[in-house]
Amino acid sequence: TMAFTKASKDQKYDRQLRLWGDHGQEELENAHVCLINSTASGTEILKNLVLPGIGAFTIVDGHKVSGEDVGNNFFLSNNSIGRSPEKLLDNDPEFFHRFTLVIGVQLPESTCLRLGSVLWNANIPFLVCRTYGLVGYMRLVVKEHTVIESHPDNALEDLRLDQPFAELKNHIQSYDLEGMGKKDHSHTPWIIIVAKYLEKWFSTFYKKEAFKQLIRQGILKSEKGTPEDEENFEEAIKNVNTALNPTKISSGVDDIFNGEQCNDITSQTPTFWVMTRAVREFVHNDGGGNLPVRGSIPDMIADSEKFITLQNIYREKAMQDASVVSKHVESLLQSVGKVCETLFCSKNAAFLRVVRCRSLAEEYSVETVNKDAITSCMDSADGEMVLYLMLRSVDRFYQQHSRYPGVYNYQVEEDISKLKLCVNSLLQEYSLNVNVKDDYIHEFCRYGASEPHTVASFLGGSAAQEAIKIITRQFVPFNNTFIYNAMSQTTATFQL
Amino acid sequence: MADTDEPMVVDGGSRDGGEWDGRWNHINTFLERPGPFTHPDFEPSTESLQFLLDTCKILVIGAGGLGCELLKDLALSGFRHIHVVDMDTIDVSNLNRQFLFRLKDVGRPKADIAADFINGRIPGCNVVPHFKKIQDFDESFYRQFHIIVCGLDSIIARRWMNGMLLSLLVYEDGVLDPSSIIPLIDGGTEGFKGNARVIFPGMTACIDCTLELYPPQINFPMCTIASMPRLPEHCVEYVRMLLWPKEKPFGDGVGLDADDPEHIQWVYQKSQERAAEFSITGVTYRLTQGVVKRIIPAVASTNAVIAAACATEVFKIASSAYIPLNNYMVFNDVDGLYTYTFEAERKENCSSCSQVPQDLHFSPSAKLQEVVDYLTENASLQMKSPAITATLEGKNKTLYLQTVASIEQRTRPNLSKSLKELGLLDGQELAVADVTTPQTLLFKLSFTS
Repeated sequence: TMAFTKASKDQKYDRQLRLWGDHGQEELENAHVCLINSTASGTEILKNLVLPGIGAFTIVDGHKVSGEDVGNNFFLSNNSIGRSPEKLLDNDPEFFHRFTLVIGVQLPESTCLRLGSVLWNANIPFLVCRTYGLVGYMRLVVKEHTVIESHPDNALEDLRLDQPFAELKNHIQSYDLEGMGKKDHSHTPWIIIVAKYLEKWFSTFYKKEAFKQLIRQGILKSEKGTPEDEENFEEAIKNVNTALNPTKISSGVDDIFNGEQCNDITSQTPTFWVMTRAVREFVHNDGGGNLPVRGSIPDMIADSEKFITLQNIYREKAMQDASVVSKHVESLLQSVGKVCETLFCSKNAAFLRVVRCRSLAEEYSVETVNKDAITSCMDSADGEMVLYLMLRSVDRFYQQHSRYPGVYNYQVEEDISKLKLCVNSLLQEYSLNVNVKDDYIHEFCRYGASEPHTVASFLGGSAAQEAIKIITRQFVPFNNTFIYNAMSQTTATFQL
Repeated sequence: MADTDEPMVVDGGSRDGGEWDGRWNHINTFLERPGPFTHPDFEPSTESLQFLLDTCKILVIGAGGLGCELLKDLALSGFRHIHVVDMDTIDVSNLNRQFLFRLKDVGRPKADIAADFINGRIPGCNVVPHFKKIQDFDESFYRQFHIIVCGLDSIIARRWMNGMLLSLLVYEDGVLDPSSIIPLIDGGTEGFKGNARVIFPGMTACIDCTLELYPPQINFPMCTIASMPRLPEHCVEYVRMLLWPKEKPFGDGVGLDADDPEHIQWVYQKSQERAAEFSITGVTYRLTQGVVKRIIPAVASTNAVIAAACATEVFKIASSAYIPLNNYMVFNDVDGLYTYTFEAERKENCSSCSQVPQDLHFSPSAKLQEVVDYLTENASLQMKSPAITATLEGKNKTLYLQTVASIEQRTRPNLSKSLKELGLLDGQELAVADVTTPQTLLFKLSFTS
């Protein structure tokens, strides 16, 4: 029913809207996710998508509920399509084309690879998840995922102190530190202070300590000659370390600029690449080699007027730069016969991210397996990489014996040697010169392919958030293999 | 998906009580089978499950974002004797993650509704709710539990629990009696960040050993709020702290109720006016509410991850199946998924767990106010409103106490008196009580020349 008004949705989702905004929420509510297998892990993932408001979900699960399922699963599976994913792949693989994202849980290797291939060709993101004893595993498969709003933690400011733009220069010039009254002196923003002292500093090699001392000498002194309490100067001194960082484009963003998609703009080019190309045009033609000004400054000790005026200098420059970029966007789109629909905003230009995952086929093929990553990670024999190799090995076991090792108590001991053969054949097939300790082979037999709830729940939270990142295009997904070890409470991410 | 008041299939307690075949298979794997990575004390047994089901008693503090997840995780891991304490009632904004609650439950006690849901859904599970503050209970309550797991949103509450468990420790001839140790598992989340830690009181780092790890609260300086606002937040704080007491918009003695939309609306409008005065942009209703209520963003996923990690530790400790986390895990999934696991170290002179009486170094001419300031501002103490007493001329005398208005008034003049004037001697013991600890802390006054 439409009893749920916008106001009550704002209330309910308030705590998460503060993270991804109304536009992110809209993406979530327009998404349709497919969950394959409603095991404990699957239903936990789904719960963590339903709670924040996912638009729609479809469960594909051919299994019948057993007593042990009810023991570790908080939900009854009642929304499921009674066909198995294997049947769908046989008869109607295009069934999966309607989804924003497909999440496959506890899939046997063969099904996983088949589905992976269908989704790769249809360009649909695929998130593989599994809980195996005390090990959690996720694999993200997406050809190219672009992010404008990556929301980095602790990003450096964009203050342009090393190359002040004209308006900033003029503004700095309007200050006369020596001629100011005491109150103004103590309430001048530290950005202005650092800029002023940079003008006095003729050397091109900044010795930060000496520069800080120079600024310290500028603190007003009382009649007795003791320095006054000028917090804004202390702020300036503290911020010298970062304020003098040269303005430059990060290598990550540079790589994005040099990407193929950036060069050939066609009518099929996604918005992200048109925007990026436009920013690149700006950098080369209008920005003197720099990105558009971000426009934000941190809070600092200052009186209101000085701060707001300074803030507006940066904001207006950012808007100016943004409109130049927008003009580039317009002309790029016009050149391929399209109309511009979105406005460009400067504040994310430095934080663009692109995530490209290798396909499952590439990961599993002998020709393209990432031998280096596997071998070098196995230098720490008790790290998470051995858990990955064990997961691959139990999949082999399943292929050969149509069951997982150690499911029944009596099987545990006898399966150890069988599993060891699988491990060896895996290492041999991929020419991996590594050693897998017997302890892990024993441990994986011991697990008996169990799916303890707490491990499923950890995975459920992790996977759901990655799904939300894919759907909202905010924050950055992992690339591409994530392993959780509940024994040591450690995790690792590999690019396989 | 529409949100209605119709009961959903998942809400029904539709299973009949009693066991069924295979119910605990996923757990038994870890209880009945030997393995290469188990705890040295672990003995595979078919009886361990019975201990979890019948005997083991767990206390969950908090029935919110972490608490709901914890209750589910524990119930599905074989724990049946669970108590849960939470002093809050359910709010609409909880519903994006606290999944044991529905729209119809808004206004009711979290502990009660959470317990009902779990007991109805997991046959045999007996969650006992307590709609109370943790401070409403004493040692006799806490002593009955094997393990305590916290899903709190307050550092003060954490420190109080920490202090309570430390006070339960028994030392014989200076040696700690291990049976008096109650393990404390503590989880915390904020947006996409979280942490889980395992504390063995008296043995491993306690909450106060690592107090500096907690980020300081943002409190804007008064002069900024009063006369030099720069950010929209400053405007809101001005209205909350200065304008409201002055204008009393809803009547005399009516304090600002952060949960009353009418109050927030008034604050919002006045904040906009204040902002306009200084040409500050960005005051929105959402920002206003966020500042007044000190809102921390929250999502289901982070809570699920951290609670799961905590519940795994509860299981490990209760079953001795594996060596527990030693002892602190940090999680952040803003950019990929990142965790960092390390051993937080005990602080040698920790004010809570080191049993070393803390020295206070002051000149005899220092004012009592300076001592109070030190107790609140020192990074390792961070007290909120310390009450100081001392034995003078054989009698117990309250030097300063803030939390009872009449005593505060009576003892306030002492703040501007010097320690010497108050009759305090070098080496004198001062007893300090504070909301951050259930036990009085003893300090030794050490006069500097």
